Amino acid sequence: MTAALLLDLALALSAVAVALWTVAAKRAFEAIVGFIAFGLLLSLAWVRLGTVDVALTEAAVGAGAGGVLLLGASARLGTRALAEAKDVPILPLRVATGLLCALLSGALGWAILSLPTPAPSLAPLAAANLAATELGNPVSGVLLAWRAMDTLLEAVALVLAVIGVWSVAGDDAWGGIPGPAQPPRRDPALRLAARILPPIGVVIGVHIVWTGADAPGGAFQGGTVLAAMWVLAWMAGLVRPPAVSSRKMRTWVVTGPLVFIAIGLLGCFLADGFLAYPAAFTKPLILVVEAALTFSIAVALVLLLIGPPEAAS
Amino acid sequence: MNEAATYGPTAAALIGIGLYGVLTHAEPLRRILAFNLLGGGVFLVFGVVARRGAGAGFDGDPVPQAIIITGIVVAFAATTLAVALLLRLARLRGDSGND
Repeated sequence: MTAALLLDLALALSAVAVALWTVAAKRAFEAIVGFIAFGLLLSLAWVRLGTVDVALTEAAVGAGAGGVLLLGASARLGTRALAEAKDVPILPLRVATGLLCALLSGALGWAILSLPTPAPSLAPLAAANLAATELGNPVSGVLLAWRAMDTLLEAVALVLAVIGVWSVAGDDAWGGIPGPAQPPRRDPALRLAARILPPIGVVIGVHIVWTGADAPGGAFQGGTVLAAMWVLAWMAGLVRPPAVSSRKMRTWVVTGPLVFIAIGLLGCFLADGFLAYPAAFTKPLILVVEAALTFSIAVALVLLLIGPPEAAS
Repeated sequence: MNEAATYGPTAAALIGIGLYGVLTHAEPLRRILAFNLLGGGVFLVFGVVARRGAGAGFDGDPVPQAIIITGIVVAFAATTLAVALLLRLARLRGDSGND
């Protein structure tokens, strides 16, 4: 018990220290490296909290994809910042802000520690509903059946984000290939890695989705791994995405949500209501939804990572 | 429930640190970073709630866990949008390093 407590304390203190570093670092690059380390420490904390599904998501989306996105942005911004010295608050103001933030943290910490015991829990309800879905992983059961509405809206949010990112493209670049005109790097080591890793990564990604039915994993975690493999090949200059005007690619992005909505509507006629599954086909329908979602999530994440088009095709 | 007692205050500290960064940094990229720290703290609060709600043979309440996964993905989508706006702003100002 003591060893576990020490581990928890070490993890918690490291996470707080790295967070302080991320805020205090002089240069943006150092701060981003701190942020990636923060994400990995946080995913270890998720494992300690018994939430391995969240740990996978944090490592893949938060630290992995988020780190790539921010490092890329920092490299493209260069040394010039978009702010001037006069925009930085004066010292007394910073001290006052720090004190108020510390006060907020203290109050929140106190509130969290004085939450009522026994804690309210939906776990028994989730367990009761899990049997009907034939899934072994309660988190997947919640995501795809019980709270399917949240998951559907999340998938739609990714589509909206792609539209948002594309909409900041310049008028001259509209309709072009997404991303910067030239892939950022072309060194041999990267090209070799981009040829060797994707076959392994694709298998791992599909495995994470498949195993998500009964063990930690699922469409979002697996989709992120698949997206990462494609982005790696893109960074090495081996593949190019279709132009944003391509009808085919737009279809790919919306396939997942559309399949989800279609099966949800089917539930209105064959089961209890929107997003309810007919009892005889629950597991097969969930698999269809997961496969379509994984594909569209991977495509959307790739498009979000490489950004809007910057030159007409 | 040791974990909840350790990670609860951690989550609160992360929220404070992130908020301080959002409020005091002038550079937009640093603000985006700090906002993600704040978000990490909020997710961790949910994680503690999930852990406290462990029961029915699960290590944690699966409903908050599912909400955290949704939250992490949506936070990432919002971050990509913020970064896209930032890079566009840099291009418009002719401020960007290599464009």
